[in-house]
Order: sequence, then structure tokens, then C-alpha cells
Amino acid sequence: MSKYVIIGNSSAAIGCIEGIRKTDTEGSITLIASEPHHCYGRPLISYYLEGKTDAEHMKYRPDSFYADNGVETMLGENVTGIDPITKTVTLQNGNSLRYDKLLVATGSSPRVFPAPGMDSVEHKTSFMTLNDMKYLEKHADQRSRILIVGAGLIGLKCAEGLKNRVLSVTVVEFMKQILPSALTPKAAARVQAQMEANGIHFYINNAVGEYKKAPPASADSVTLRDGSEVSALLANAESKYPDNTYTAVLKDGTEIPFDILVLATGVTPNTALVKDAGGTVNRGIVVDADSRTSLPDIYAAGDCTESVDVTTGETKIMALLPNAYHQGEAAGRHMAGAAAPFEEALPLNAVGFFGMHILSAGSYTQDILLEEDTNEYYRVFYGEGDKLTGFILIDKYARAGIYTDILRHGTPITEALLKEPGLLPFSRECRDEILTQKGGKN
Amino acid sequence: MKKIYVREDWCLGCHLCEYYCANANLGGGDMWKNLKGKAIRPRIRVEGDNNVSFAVQCRHCDEPHCLKGCIAGAISIIEGVVSIDQNKCVGCCTCVLTCPYGCIVPTETGVMSKCELCVNNAGQAKKDKEGGIVGFIPACVQNCPNNAIVVEETEVTA
Ligand SMILES: Cc1cc2nc3c(=O)[nH]c(=O)nc-3n(C[C@H](O)[C@H](O)[C@H](O)COP(=O)(O)OP(=O)(O)OC[C@H]3O[C@@H](n4cnc5c(N)ncnc54)[C@H](O)[C@@H]3O)c2cc1C
Ligand code: SF4
Ligand code: SF4
Repeated sequence: MSKYVIIGNSSAAIGCIEGIRKTDTEGSITLIASEPHHCYGRPLISYYLEGKTDAEHMKYRPDSFYADNGVETMLGENVTGIDPITKTVTLQNGNSLRYDKLLVATGSSPRVFPAPGMDSVEHKTSFMTLNDMKYLEKHADQRSRILIVGAGLIGLKCAEGLKNRVLSVTVVEFMKQILPSALTPKAAARVQAQMEANGIHFYINNAVGEYKKAPPASADSVTLRDGSEVSALLANAESKYPDNTYTAVLKDGTEIPFDILVLATGVTPNTALVKDAGGTVNRGIVVDADSRTSLPDIYAAGDCTESVDVTTGETKIMALLPNAYHQGEAAGRHMAGAAAPFEEALPLNAVGFFGMHILSAGSYTQDILLEEDTNEYYRVFYGEGDKLTGFILIDKYARAGIYTDILRHGTPITEALLKEPGLLPFSRECRDEILTQKGGKN
Repeated sequence: MKKIYVREDWCLGCHLCEYYCANANLGGGDMWKNLKGKAIRPRIRVEGDNNVSFAVQCRHCDEPHCLKGCIAGAISIIEGVVSIDQNKCVGCCTCVLTCPYGCIVPTETGVMSKCELCVNNAGQAKKDKEGGIVGFIPACVQNCPNNAIVVEETEVTA
């Protein structure tokens, strides 16, 4: 009987359990995770702050999941080392555990760029965990002015989540656009306008040079881009923490008063366990399509790894939930002896801000095949000839998955398909396979 | 596994199934009252032109992309039926972006819906003599005048 050990308790870990149990219902599974919670949908922490979900509905799998799958959990425990020779993992509490097959699904940690005075800011947090969410729920209220550093997915979802709970939300971004790693400048500008229309303030192409304690001398000294309304709001602010009010001094001299700082300047994959054990690590842990690392019987999946983007052939870190699940599942299936490699990794993200929906996939380096830019929606497709390599759809996205599937399989694209996604442009043979097959293609 | 099949050669492209689907998922009953003057949100979609037409709805995949990518864990397979827990769904649209056949449809409130073979639609229940529910007949299957939509097991077991 195999002894499986899983480090992590998020999408990749759950995918692994479900992958193992597809074939092996006997082997023992032990799951160790530093976070002391039942598995939860990590992206849901912003929806919770927004009031769109609650602690119960955030659970990624039902309460009975571990019992149903015969999984022994060790939650709130940190793994500090892996010995690939004796096949053991060591915990912080000194205990150690033997494995036959091991999955490392440790995700990523916030990457922080220190600035002078940052340490003195009393109320500051990242926005990656349930505990970060609880911290903001506890400390942020109607009098709080929030400063978010970093306009990536995490920073912006945090901004949306907090908006209606707090007095003001200001976002500072170092790059020339928001969502720099997810969208083109043009699409990003559209999203930024939407967020600004909903009261989020942005300082783009800027950075915090210094954090100072003590409020600015007067509200007048605050140069805000959109003037009077905001200054008045700020002047009226009765801070919840009168002794702990801060000012961020930006590179261009702008001073932004705030009470709570959210650091969202990117993430670093948690690769140390595999690296220290002698496994191959670049930016992320190096794995194959079965999620195997360079070390025997050690697998890795999710945000801690790097993998090949099918739309470009490049190896990159695609820290997104669907990829984490698929990689975890591929690991589980290989561990249990019924390999089903995951060879369709691609950047793929659906995200909403104040009712605007942005669905994107692939890469945006090739030619523009079609661009539609209207008041109601925006759609752009990239590729070369009849090969689609990426797309961005804003507020017109019905059946978008048909495009994703074309990216996954490199199916030739036609003009009719670009105009309207559907199955009609496919051959009768192909359609019959989809519409009449018994199991459903995957 | 229970599954709906579409017979392309039999479909005349009348779109009736879309109306029956929308109505069944609004609780069934008087279609005129339920749907008149409203934009319908059917979970089945008829595609085509004068030459070819066919209906598309969830294939209840064995390896469902929608389920594996859902950020909330809101999608699960319940007795062979790929189902969305609308209380867990946060409307992020990841499943719209991952379903290969375009079978996920947003509801008016922004959470997602999809064909669930009418297993939650009381109006489609098939009852035995004592009135006990023995299965469900999907509304599209029951009402297609051309028998272009069939379910593999004539009914879905309760
Ligand atoms: C605010 C926010 C919004 C997001 N929105 C989206 C979105 O809309 N769409 C999307 O696709 N993705 C989104 N993501 C990204 C998504 O959450 C991740 O891709 C996904 O959670 C990765 O899963 P994972 O299993 O690789 O690791 P993680 O979710 O990072 O989990 C890592 C696990 O490892 C454990 N762990 C780490 N180190 C150790 C150790 N040494 N010992 C024991 N346990 C350890 C942790 O406790 C945790 O359980 C978002 C992320 C955030 C933070
Ligand atoms: S919604 Fe799409 S991906 Fe999900 S089971 Fe149905 S056809 Fe498959
Ligand atoms: S829209 Fe709902 S069901 Fe679809 S992926 Fe998001 S949370 Fe899951």
C-alpha cells in the first residue's frame, strides 16, 4: 500500500488527492499544511470582504472531503525539510514522516520591496490568505484610508473588496499600466477607467519613496489628481487610529495619507524545500507534464512551479488556479500509476471589477487578427495566419471557452469563429464527436 | 452515465428547446406568463443556418474543465450530473472561459447556470403510480417535436 504525503492544502493539493483517488482508493494520504484552515478558494478572500461569500461558502470542498477521501490532515504544521534519500519530510515541531510519493504544493509568498519607513507602519498586510482577509476585516472600517501598493490581480481585487467598507482606496503602481502581466496597455486603460469610475484612485508609473509617521500638515498640502472631492473627504477623515496615521511620499513628491497599507507587489514561488533537497529550481520548481521534479518520487504542482505555455512554448510561472488544479491532478494520477499528463498549460484568467468582466488567455505578442472596440465591449484576438495565440474579451464573452479550447489544441481559427464563437464553423465530423460522444471529450 | 445527445440531421432549427429549457429552469408552468417580453436565458443553444442546425448543451464531461478550474469549488459531479452550487458561485466567469463548448450561461444575478439535465426541476419529474419521483425527463428532450434531442437512458434516475 502506497504512502502518499502532500505538502499544501489548496487547489494543487486537492487536485492531487482527487487524481490519486481516481485509481488508488487504498493508499494512505497525509496532507500537511501551514495554514490552519479547511481548504478554501484562495481567490475568494476579496469576495468575502465585498460580502459576496462567507466563511462557509468559501470552502473549496465540503467538510466531509478529507474523511470521504481517506485523508489524514495535519493543519497548522510547517514542513522544514525533505530528505530524498530516506524519503522523509521533517516538520517544524521536530516530527518526521515517511513517504513513498511526495507532492510539494506550497504555492507562493508575497514579494515585498522595502522602502524607508515601511517597518514603522503599524497596520500593514499582504493579501494572500484567509488570515490576511481577517486582518483587514478587523482593522479596516468606514474611517480607514487604504493604500495598496501594486496594481496586479491581487492588489486590484483587494481594492474592489475593500471599497465599500472604507473611506478611500488608493493604488500605487510602478509600471506604466495596471495589470501589467495580465493585459495589454489598451485593455488595462479600460479597466482602470472602470475602477476610477467606482472611486478607486490610481497613481500609475509611480512608487512609494518613503513612509512617514504623522499626518500631513493639512489636507491642502495633499496633491490629489482628482481634486476637491477627495481632499474634502480626506480632510474630514477622523482616523480610527489617530496616533497611527501615515503618509506615503511618492517618487514624484505626491503625499498620500493613509491608515492601512496593503502590499501587493508580486509573489515568489515557495521553492526552498525542493531546492534544499537538491531538486532543479529555476524561478519556479522545474517539473514535467506529469508534475515530476528532478528528484525521484517527488512531485510539485501549482504556484510553486514553472511550466510550458502552449501558446508560446515558453517556460513560465503561471500562478493561476486552473493550472494549479490540473498540475496537482496530473501528479496524483502519475503517483497512483495511471498517468494523465497535463500538456495544455496556458495563462488564462477571468476577473471582474465592479461588474466589468475581463476574460483573457494566451499571449499578446503576435499580430492582431481582429479588434472590436465599442462603448459596450472590447474584444481583441492575437495570432498568426490561422493560428490563434491569445485573446482579451471585456464585457462580451459568451462561450469564450471555445476560444480557450482552440488555444489548447492549436485548432485553426476562421474569420467566422473570431466574429462569433460556436460549433458551426467546425467540421461535421468534429461536431459529431462533441455532440454525440458518450463521455464528453476533455 | 446519463447524457443528452443531439441528432443533427433531425434538428430543424426551430429553437423550441431553448424556450422549454428557459421555462423549466424558471420553475415550469405557464410559458407565456414566465417568458413573455423577457430576454430568455436558456442553457441549451441552437446554432446553425438554413442548411445545418443543432442544439448544444453541457456534455457532462468525464474530465470537466469547468469543475477543475472553478475558483470557488462550486462545481461538482452529483450522480453523473455536473452541477453548480449557485450559493458558492461568485460569478468570476472562469468556467465560461474554460468550458470547451460554451455551455455555461450567466444568470440575471451574475452567478452561473448550466444544463443539469432537469434533475432539480420538479416540473420535469417522472412519477410512478403512487406519485413517487422515479426520474426526470429533460424539458428539451420531452418537447422537441422532431426527436432531435435524446437522452441516453430515457430518463434520469432520481
Ligand atoms: C487575492 C487573490 C486573488 C486571486 N484570484 C485568482 C483568480 O481570479 N483566478 C485564478 O486563476 N487565480 C487567482 N489567484 C491565484 C490562485 O489563488 C492560485 O493560483 C492558487 O491558489 C494556487 O494554488 P496552489 O495549490 O499552488 O497554492 P496556494 O494556494 O498558494 O497554497 C499553498 C499551500 O501550501 C501550504 N504551505 C506552503 N509552504 C508550506 C510548508 N513549508 N509547510 C506546510 N505547508 C506549506 C500553505 O499553507 C497552503 O495551504 C488569486 C490569488 C489571490 C491571493
Ligand atoms: S459545462 Fe462544459 S466543461 Fe463543464 S461539464 Fe459541461 S460541457 Fe464539460
Ligand atoms: S463563475 Fe462561479 S462556477 Fe464559474 S468558476 Fe467562477 S465561481 Fe466557479
